[in-house]
Amino acid sequence: MQGMYETLLAALGAERVVPFSVGFAALVVVFALFAAIMGAVVALIMVLAERKISADIQERIGPNRVGPMGFFQTVADAVKLLTKENVLPRKADSILHYCAPTLVFTGGLLPVAAIAWSNGIVVADLNIGVLYVVGTASLGVIGRLMAGWASNNKWSLLGGMRAAGQMISYEIPNSIAILSVIVLAGTLNLQELSEAQKGGIHQWFVFRSPFAFVACLICLVSSLAEVNRTPFDLPEAESELVSGYHTEYSGIRWAIFMMSEYIGMVVVNAVAVALFFGGWNGGLPGEPLLGGWIWYLLKIAALMYCQVWVRFVLPRLRIDQLMSLCWKNLVPLGFLALLGASVQALLGPTGQHVMMVAAWLTFGGFVTLLFAAVLKTRHVPAQDGIPR
Amino acid sequence: MPFKTEEMLLNVGPQHPSTHGVLHLEVTTDGELVTNAEPTIGYLHRCFEKYAETLTYQQIIPYTDRLDYLSSMNNNFGFVVAVEKLMGISVCERAERIRVIMAELNRIASHLMFIGSFSNDLGAMTPFLWCFRDREEILKIFEEVSGARLLYNYYRIGGLAADLTPGIEDRIHSFLNQFEAHMLELDDLFTRNAIVIARLKGVGMIPRETAIAYGLSGPMLRASGVDWDCRRDEPYSIYPSLRFEVPVGGEKLGALGDCYARYLVRRAEIDQSVSLVRQCLTDIPPGDVKEQVKRNVRPPVGEVYVRTENPRGEIGFYLRSDGSTKPSRVKVRAPSFCNMSVFNRISKDILVADMIAILGSVDIVLGEIDR
Repeated sequence: MQGMYETLLAALGAERVVPFSVGFAALVVVFALFAAIMGAVVALIMVLAERKISADIQERIGPNRVGPMGFFQTVADAVKLLTKENVLPRKADSILHYCAPTLVFTGGLLPVAAIAWSNGIVVADLNIGVLYVVGTASLGVIGRLMAGWASNNKWSLLGGMRAAGQMISYEIPNSIAILSVIVLAGTLNLQELSEAQKGGIHQWFVFRSPFAFVACLICLVSSLAEVNRTPFDLPEAESELVSGYHTEYSGIRWAIFMMSEYIGMVVVNAVAVALFFGGWNGGLPGEPLLGGWIWYLLKIAALMYCQVWVRFVLPRLRIDQLMSLCWKNLVPLGFLALLGASVQALLGPTGQHVMMVAAWLTFGGFVTLLFAAVLKTRHVPAQDGIPR
Repeated sequence: MPFKTEEMLLNVGPQHPSTHGVLHLEVTTDGELVTNAEPTIGYLHRCFEKYAETLTYQQIIPYTDRLDYLSSMNNNFGFVVAVEKLMGISVCERAERIRVIMAELNRIASHLMFIGSFSNDLGAMTPFLWCFRDREEILKIFEEVSGARLLYNYYRIGGLAADLTPGIEDRIHSFLNQFEAHMLELDDLFTRNAIVIARLKGVGMIPRETAIAYGLSGPMLRASGVDWDCRRDEPYSIYPSLRFEVPVGGEKLGALGDCYARYLVRRAEIDQSVSLVRQCLTDIPPGDVKEQVKRNVRPPVGEVYVRTENPRGEIGFYLRSDGSTKPSRVKVRAPSFCNMSVFNRISKDILVADMIAILGSVDIVLGEIDR
């Protein structure tokens, strides 16, 4: 048993092999439970946050009945979902139907183990952290395909196929974008990635290299697709596929799909923060003022807000547009970023400074173009501003 | 060894989030590709035409509310114009003004509903709620005037059920001012959205000849470049004395015959309706808007066909009178029914998402298709 365990750890590339013991096994179980509970809590908070933010965007009030300002609305929802019947469609593959949400949830939770929340707060300090996160996060695809296949429903099948096609495709630009930063940092360990960005906002990779900035944009777009959020929510497109792969799920099994989506959001944003936005570092030189994990959570929350914001502003893409965006735009752009980052990694200190200036110029140019585009079209009367 | 593949039959509706009621589409799909989409209708059939033969003319009005339940005022309008033409009577200027105000407000409400559900079909949720925010204001105005929020039963043969309530003009004015600002915001969010344009441009093309051949009307017809509007070309009520443009697809609008053109035509019509309401609101002459005829009207023996411009197209009422208090035949030409007929023709070899967009752009109301 012990030999097998050590071989497994060695195969995974873990350097500090802990000898197998009952105590360690118990610790693993505790951590796993902790992660699961954390996942549930994150989902509870995110559902409420999403509903409040969407209400703000859509000029509604949002949930305001259960508890002060509707804070316990999601708790009430959770209780409802827990007590609801789990419906199994006739002639459905019951085993696969039962396993699918579990697999999706596992795929959502496994990456959490390697995320470095703060200096020293990390469950598994893996030297291949990023690889592990990217690898385990894609487990969910199998679960979604299983759910789609096992439901004995044509909508679910279409949704499952879409999920598989989309998530596998977008993993490629996502991985390439991540690789660009890995090349610059020279490490796959999430803890060391944060260490490498110490010393103020100018040390964040997004501001250290124009290629990392491009990679950051690719990563943010493709991470939206990874977690099936608008404008890439095709697998569960309500107006087309009813509910996609989870059409035939009810009660807690459906809730597990939802929870996985929110945990997935946390994971992709945590990775983006660790890679591009300084990880658990504050924006100032020296030790983080509030404690690293607060900074980390704040940055994740900011990115999550952007994801919710995007969801309630943009419509959905069509499947061919989704694919051409990935393969014709993001992948070539990602390769360019990777190439540039590789060249930058070979440069000396002067070259790095030049690249930093270039990164700020890219950032400034991007923001200027964005604002110019917004100001140009804002509140133009309908007949004049329509593109021809 | 070659794989055996077969087409999948997909039943979209009658319960589906995007069929706008109880439409049933039998869709043959090859993966994401729709090879054929056959609409099945009749789930909401209520025998309106036959039932109308057992009712007096005034009694039919509330049933016309239920044809196209998103534009009840316009249905009322078409029916009373038909009966008035059959009887050869006219109504006072004040009543006509109020009729046009209500019809145009209802057109705005109906188009808002279209934009909302259309954006929902495309996966955008916010325009839907923004449109409902403004539609709610219109419904409040209708509620104050007619007492109802959906089925108004407000028009009468020879007049109206009730006069405007005091102060309602100011309320409509302030609503219109606020509404125009809201529409500019909607343009920023939806009309010029790059994804919206990418999703709609060139999708569901209906050439001009096809549009005419299938008897399309309203925004569907005008989006294909046919300059035809009953309010201008076959005028009724006081439309000849009002100034308005008819938005037609083409160079000026920036799109022709596709889903985007159909959206833009409706979006532009909203602006025209706002202008029409404003024109009617200025200096409404005094007068008695209550009907000047007996409750049980007896039109002379004869028949009449009148078409008026509904938000969804031409609604035509054919009435035949045998001189009694009840019509001997009522026939409705429902715009949604004719517009829907082209759906099968344009939804071949497209993607599933396009089919939903096309269905949304036809803007059907099943209450009118099935009657």
